[in-house]
Amino acid sequence: MNTGDPTGGIQVLSDRSDQVWTKGSGKAFVCDKKSAAGSVTQRACAFCGSRVVLYPIADALHIVHGPIGCAVYNWDIRGALSSGPQLHRNSFSTDLAEKEVVFGGEKKLKASLIELIDYYKPKAAFVYSTCIVGVIGDDVEAICKVVTKETGIDVIPVDSPGFKGTKRSGYQAACEAAYRLVGTGSTENLGKYTINLMGEFNIAGEAWMIRRYFEQIGIEVVATITGDGRVDDLRRCHGAKLNLVQCSGSMTHLAKLLKDEHGIPMQRVSFFGFEDTARAIYAAAEFFGDPEIMRKAQELVRSEIAKFAPQIRDYKKKLKGKKAALYVGGAFKAFSLVLALRALGMKTVLAGTQTGSAEDYEQLKEICDEGTVIVDDSNPLELAKFVIEKDVDLFIGGVKERPVAYKLGVAFCDHNHERKIPLAGFEGMLSFAEEVAASVLSPVWKFVPRREALAVAAFEEARKGEGK
Amino acid sequence: MISGMEHKNPDLFTVSGVRVQGAPPEAATRNACKLCSPLGAAMVFNGIRGCLPFLHGSQGCATYIRRYMISHFREPVDIASSSFTEDDAIFGGARNFENGVENVIAQYSPECVGVATTCLSETIGENMIGMIKDFQKNHADKGPPLIHVSTPAYTGTHSDGYYAAIREVVAAFAEPCKERDVTRVNILPAMMSCEDLRHLRELCTIYGLEATVLPDYSTRLEGSSWGEYNRIPPGGTSIDEIKSMGDAAATIEFGHLVANRIDSAGMLLEKRSGSRRHALGWPIGIKLSDQLFTSLAIVSGKRMPESIAFDRGRVVDAYVDAHKYVSGKKAVVYGEPDLVIGLASFLSEIGIRPVVCATGSKGKGWKDLIASEIEGGMEDVLALSGADHAKIAEAAREVKPDLLLGSSKGYPLARELNVPLVRIGFPIHDRFGGQRQLSVGYRGTLALFDRLVNAVMESKQEDSKTGYSYL
Ligand code: SF4
Ligand code: SF4
Repeated sequence: MNTGDPTGGIQVLSDRSDQVWTKGSGKAFVCDKKSAAGSVTQRACAFCGSRVVLYPIADALHIVHGPIGCAVYNWDIRGALSSGPQLHRNSFSTDLAEKEVVFGGEKKLKASLIELIDYYKPKAAFVYSTCIVGVIGDDVEAICKVVTKETGIDVIPVDSPGFKGTKRSGYQAACEAAYRLVGTGSTENLGKYTINLMGEFNIAGEAWMIRRYFEQIGIEVVATITGDGRVDDLRRCHGAKLNLVQCSGSMTHLAKLLKDEHGIPMQRVSFFGFEDTARAIYAAAEFFGDPEIMRKAQELVRSEIAKFAPQIRDYKKKLKGKKAALYVGGAFKAFSLVLALRALGMKTVLAGTQTGSAEDYEQLKEICDEGTVIVDDSNPLELAKFVIEKDVDLFIGGVKERPVAYKLGVAFCDHNHERKIPLAGFEGMLSFAEEVAASVLSPVWKFVPRREALAVAAFEEARKGEGK
Repeated sequence: MISGMEHKNPDLFTVSGVRVQGAPPEAATRNACKLCSPLGAAMVFNGIRGCLPFLHGSQGCATYIRRYMISHFREPVDIASSSFTEDDAIFGGARNFENGVENVIAQYSPECVGVATTCLSETIGENMIGMIKDFQKNHADKGPPLIHVSTPAYTGTHSDGYYAAIREVVAAFAEPCKERDVTRVNILPAMMSCEDLRHLRELCTIYGLEATVLPDYSTRLEGSSWGEYNRIPPGGTSIDEIKSMGDAAATIEFGHLVANRIDSAGMLLEKRSGSRRHALGWPIGIKLSDQLFTSLAIVSGKRMPESIAFDRGRVVDAYVDAHKYVSGKKAVVYGEPDLVIGLASFLSEIGIRPVVCATGSKGKGWKDLIASEIEGGMEDVLALSGADHAKIAEAAREVKPDLLLGSSKGYPLARELNVPLVRIGFPIHDRFGGQRQLSVGYRGTLALFDRLVNAVMESKQEDSKTGYSYL
């Protein structure tokens, strides 16, 4: 089908037209709704949402109750590191067979839990229900109770069958499950200045970097939730004085519970890019109102930026004027990325997310330039269409977006849970710049058909000019 | 930090960093050595021209499978879903199905839609055939054809889904023989690499045969760079071609497991059109490849061409040149059942003992199938079916193999045992180019043999104090 149109005439589905918005168009914008059937959404399911959130708790047993696929497709695919136990990197499943689908899987679940707990001695266990379990009616809650009693550890159901709402509903289910542990540990030894880092998943060790910043300025991090997570930290995280919530999509619900039930205030922050990282550190320092902490915070920010700024400036020179598209999990992250790209001299022309909330998008719309396209719950065709129409130089997304970019000869940077490079904090900004530059400035793009066609056109143009 | 633990296989330690003790858990699957059946079906649909895979069920399955295939093939893999809600799970997803397929047609203009069920839609007992009929009726039979394959993952693995989909495609489209064409042959491959598929076609050409390869995802899942966006990537076997498969002189169907089935796609073709089925193993190694070339000779009526005889000779020569590097070594092999059988045969002919032959599929007669392909008896060979990676690891710790062969999923074990892993099969997502690794036929065998011998040499070099630079 050669239409002469490089997008191949892709149209946005009418079911989704209100989820695509252009700044300056004045149109209404809708988000946080179920994916349209047949739209080939980039989203997974509610189960996936819960798995993403709880997975990094490294000393817990995570078992997926259902047929095998749901468990095996997310076996150790994420870059969430642990400084100790590695139990979370296994994939445990009840792997239901036909017999259990017909007669129920409770027995198998119970036997699985007892054996696994006995063998690996986890601090707690999470049981994720998948779609099948949602329909065959296993009483997972009851099994968890029984096993809790028999083993003496908390066995917690995560009510997340895939069809139950969107990925966001999965986040909610995960927060509910995690909250069952909160408040069950002693907070006695906690100091004066304490925080929890929420929505930090320790991708490529990011939580370790951020934790270090706070320790340097005299603030104690009680729990990183859930990156490099520990059951005992969750038990006592209600002892912290402040919650810094990074990935708000995943953690807002838990933060709210902590606020409502334990009176801990929350602040949305981001550790992505110099600006946002500095702002997050200052926010905590300000909260405690201790001038010494603020002084240390300023010193930290100053010295860190001094360390990396010159190199960033060099990259900026090379990247200036390039156009970027981004499609990530949550909108708050998209917001930070727009700023970070700006710091590199780049312009965001397409921004989208799988699970942004209305609140997130408001902020995103504000900061974007005129003409920027914003998409909610997009799909490969739409993304490709806009990549071509906007003629972007860089795409930021995850594994599922990568081929869309590469096929069209566009640079790519992975900013999802599967990446292996830390992009948070001050040094993260440097690796971000390096990563972006490594792709955007690669010499390979001149060979890709789109660029070749442009080069030929430019050549023809020049020749015509000479002929005159 | 629990020191040293981070280098170890995570299935081996308690959370306090102590080595696990006691009888290993039996009830749960720990690190599965299989994927689910809709993935296999989606692979097949990706090998049909203009076909868009559609999973009837919740959307997570489709997204996960896409993600998984993308990480192996590094190509766009679009799989639609009917995106069940809670209500659909209770009352049925007919409405979503109709709406979903309409949306797919609007966005992709597919030449056909490959519909596979997920566990959920199977469990709630969706009447797919009825729904498809209704859809077609409601659309005045104007839309693209819809192929349906039933793939409840709780009854089989991805390779079952793969073979089932081939069978359903043949059942849906292949017509009785109209006019026998002795220059044509059908190839029904196992879940092989893109390069393997290309090579099989090329071999047929050398024998003067034009092949219909079903499925043929070799260009769709390993294509060129695009100037414009292809809603459905080019390539694949066209429906017209499938319709006329009955005209072919014969059908070559790969896989020991399929060979035993009376309802395989190849058997169906044979029954419907009289085009004779040749049931072969996954052609790795000289012995199993010989069978392939024999079949090609029979079908084409031609003797083995010089060039191929020469390829065979080169394999033998390589076997001889490198035999000492590998002789007497022990290997652990895991993956799709048919691949494992092929590898067991190959290894035993080069003097490596496949001491553990494991698959995640469950099947009767697994041990006998392995035994049929390796020489020297089974006393020292452990044939594991329905195995997961934790079980494979336990067996491997006992036998202390010199190398592993299988997908990327064996890496934690390879690292723990400090032995090389020769990557083959699916998924390969910690190495580049898995989709274009050649392993079938003489040339594939040679390529695999080189990879294997080099892996052994490299590990020898790395482990040596001397740092041999001349091996
Ligand atoms: S529900 Fe079934 S089909 Fe879906 S991912 Fe899980 S195992 Fe696979
Ligand atoms: S079955 Fe449900 S829980 Fe499992 S992957 Fe599919 S949508 Fe998600």
